[in-house]
Amino acid sequence: MQKQAIFQSKLLPYALVAPQLAIVLIFFYWPALQAVIQSFLLQDAFGLSTTFVWFENYIELFKDPAYFAAIVRTFLFSLAIAGSSLSLALLLAVMADKPLRGVMLYRTLLIWPYAVAPPVVGVLWIFMLHPSLGVLSRYLRAMGIDWNPLLDGDQAAALIILAAAWKQISYNFLFFLAGLQAIPKSVFEAAAIDGARPMRRFWTVTFPLLSPTIFFLLVVNIVYAFFDTFGIIDTMTRGGPGTSTVTLVYKVYSDGLLGGNLGSSAAQSVILMVLVIVLTGIQFRFVERKVTY
Amino acid sequence: MVEEEGFRRYIAHAILWIGIAIVAFPVYISVIASTQDNALIANGQMSLLPGGHFLETYYQTIFVGTSGSTREPVGNMMLNSLVMALAIAIGKIAISIISAYAIVYFRFPFRMPIFWIIFITLMLPVEVRIYPTYKIVADLHMLDSYAGLALPLIASATATLLFRQFFMTVPDELLEASRIDGAGPLRFFWDTLLPLSRTNMAALFVILFILGWNQYLWPLLITTRDDMQTIQVGIRKMITTTDALTEWPIVMATAVLAMLPPVFVVVVMQKLFVRGLVETEK
Amino acid sequence: MANVTLRNVRKTYQGGFEAIKGVNVDVADGQFCVLVGPSGCGKSTLLRMVAGLETVTGGEIDIGGRVVNQIEPADRDIAMVFQNYALYPHMSVYNNMAYGLRNRGMAEAEVKTRVDEAARVLELGAMLERKPRQLSGGQRQRVAMGRAIVRQPKVFLFDEPLSNLDAKLRIAMRVEIRKLQRRLKTTSIYVTHDQLEAMTLADILVVMNGGQVEQVGNPLAIYEKPATTFVASFIGAPPMNLMSIGSDEIKSQLGGSATDAGILGIRPEDFVITDQTPAGGVALPLTVEAIERVGAETFIYGSRAQDAQRIAANPGELPPGEVIVRVPGTEAPAIGAKIRVAAVRTKLHLFSGDGRTRIEA
Repeated sequence: MQKQAIFQSKLLPYALVAPQLAIVLIFFYWPALQAVIQSFLLQDAFGLSTTFVWFENYIELFKDPAYFAAIVRTFLFSLAIAGSSLSLALLLAVMADKPLRGVMLYRTLLIWPYAVAPPVVGVLWIFMLHPSLGVLSRYLRAMGIDWNPLLDGDQAAALIILAAAWKQISYNFLFFLAGLQAIPKSVFEAAAIDGARPMRRFWTVTFPLLSPTIFFLLVVNIVYAFFDTFGIIDTMTRGGPGTSTVTLVYKVYSDGLLGGNLGSSAAQSVILMVLVIVLTGIQFRFVERKVTY
Repeated sequence: MVEEEGFRRYIAHAILWIGIAIVAFPVYISVIASTQDNALIANGQMSLLPGGHFLETYYQTIFVGTSGSTREPVGNMMLNSLVMALAIAIGKIAISIISAYAIVYFRFPFRMPIFWIIFITLMLPVEVRIYPTYKIVADLHMLDSYAGLALPLIASATATLLFRQFFMTVPDELLEASRIDGAGPLRFFWDTLLPLSRTNMAALFVILFILGWNQYLWPLLITTRDDMQTIQVGIRKMITTTDALTEWPIVMATAVLAMLPPVFVVVVMQKLFVRGLVETEK
Repeated sequence: MANVTLRNVRKTYQGGFEAIKGVNVDVADGQFCVLVGPSGCGKSTLLRMVAGLETVTGGEIDIGGRVVNQIEPADRDIAMVFQNYALYPHMSVYNNMAYGLRNRGMAEAEVKTRVDEAARVLELGAMLERKPRQLSGGQRQRVAMGRAIVRQPKVFLFDEPLSNLDAKLRIAMRVEIRKLQRRLKTTSIYVTHDQLEAMTLADILVVMNGGQVEQVGNPLAIYEKPATTFVASFIGAPPMNLMSIGSDEIKSQLGGSATDAGILGIRPEDFVITDQTPAGGVALPLTVEAIERVGAETFIYGSRAQDAQRIAANPGELPPGEVIVRVPGTEAPAIGAKIRVAAVRTKLHLFSGDGRTRIEA
């Protein structure tokens, strides 16, 4: 935790931590505290008076079928995005880990979408799959699919998942490749000599040794699907049609902005905080395991 | 490594190229669309080959903006994004490296509580405290300002932890040698620790620049003036709800311009990028 | 130039661990003092206290007539060579050596004169613009030395400076350090766990164990008259054979002359294979267990049938009842042979039963 060799000074260390401490207190702790306080308050329609209502905002939320639906939807999105993106990225990483020519080139060509911002991802995919002018929509219609994600909620959800998973491929690929390269090559050689064929080698050697990476990425992808999809949803569907692509974060945003229901929005924020803390806790447990596995 | 015979190798190459195609296709389409005529696109007649409107579209995008929806030159948006991204990256590195230095190289009352206060911010992204943060920034009269854009996004511990971890690996003897050579704490920091942290700072800078450039929800909330818009917010506002009015070639040109700086950084500084990404996630 | 005097120096860590339990050493001006002992004996802590990197919790450290307990390392007029060299990795060889001088505000011309002179002495002239990572282990070691000598300090401190080098280079650098110190005549304190290094470098040798000084003196004097069984087994390789004097044949051979002694020590090289028993000496029957031929000499490992009693020796300790005999050349008895070895009276070392006191017969 700390060095043996240190400097002696009474004031200097405080001066050095002061800027970060100030920013963190003003822009992190103060608003977080405000969110918690606000979640126990109810504002009247004109914003003139507030009353302390204990857990009423929370109870209202859990009674609200729309909120419940958003929870379920967020988790379904997360699983679908993580599942599809992780499996494709793993396939690509296993291929790129082979002793091939031009592996560095492949890596370069596969990792750059990490740098594409979520709203841009949304714009790219809505353009390709736009019901009237999308380049890919033509083919979908030619296949007999009545493609209109602007009207059909399930199609809209599929579009969001597709775009979000696309963006995440590069990140997952990078970490899978790093994880694969960290496995000593002699293990594969031993497995080959033990008579395991490539497919069997993958399932009996690669996959188990990669499981810490897989678990880590699963958590990261779920957090990603919670938060970073906001930009994708906002540019592609704005939560619609109806509420069929409203996730928890999107609901915090739209309830606070449009409805002006700050108490409910704050309660939602607090619930999100708890969720993130739980996910981070799971990830820290994983970090411990990474050391010992 | 187990060498494989030709057939399997070809399959691996093929799968990788299919993956690259999947990853690259949307971007290819955007580049193509930005060179074509809006009327053609609006009719769903877009060609998959480059059109002839490249110069004209990019000129209008950068210097004029859309004629309907936002009318803000994208060049200006890019400038705003650049200032915000640089402020976030440099600001975060600067405040983090000095606080990590204090926490690792000094022993002082409340050292551990301060460390934990900073550490806990690691857990919560800005999205979960968005409206209260908005209110504070508004109260401080920082709406529509670069400070308001950047400061709340600087309030996080990732960089502090990274530097702390790195400082722990610096041999103690280096500090002792400096003390014998007559260097005090500030001189040791400036002459020895900072130069040794260069690679870490660069890797962190690459990641933070990309994350800063790509911010969306926060700038969306706190910028109301068009001339303070970042490019990510601007592109969203260009897509009008009535499809007929969306000027797609300009939207696509804006998308390309929005991708260009961070993608350039990733490709050119790949080593630093990979290092930064892996280390900030630890 | 200065002498270094440690007066009853103590170090107690928070939590009560006593690392240094009252050490008195006097190093005269220009002397080369070596602190030697097993790891954890406190020798590095003591050196770091002289450097000012560790605080002193008791006693006084005096450099050149000035008590330095409260003085910053930079102001003690010392220079230190670290085990891992602690070169500044981002600075060139030149700047590594110049850094400490510039921090003291020395004029650049004088800095250059001094660095160039040090580079000449250490044959680093061609490497001044290189970074430490571009140097070999031995070159890095020389840069670390250079950083110390440009300062022209009163005292050099060395913290196991050769332990990161391979065996051949270690011997070469050992000789160089000694030559350099003779020329500069700077008082030096040198820490090592290697008794060979200690023997060859020291004007004055300090053997430490468990935070205390076991013996101080001229290296050969210590070799010839170790004060305790710890020193006896630590100095010299292979270590001295230590045998308990029970009611067995050894006691009868020693006769009445050593009634207080509980432990007998004989160095492996002091044995001869012979059927005779020298007057006043000791002879032992051995069964040969193993033979090691290293060319110029041969080590014979033998076991004594009767004496299986364990002696509380320390590093390099032999299994109970085992005796090492060192003979010149390559001639040696066969394994399993019964032999008889003897040592003359003047080569016997006698200690009290707890090994803490040497008894002169």
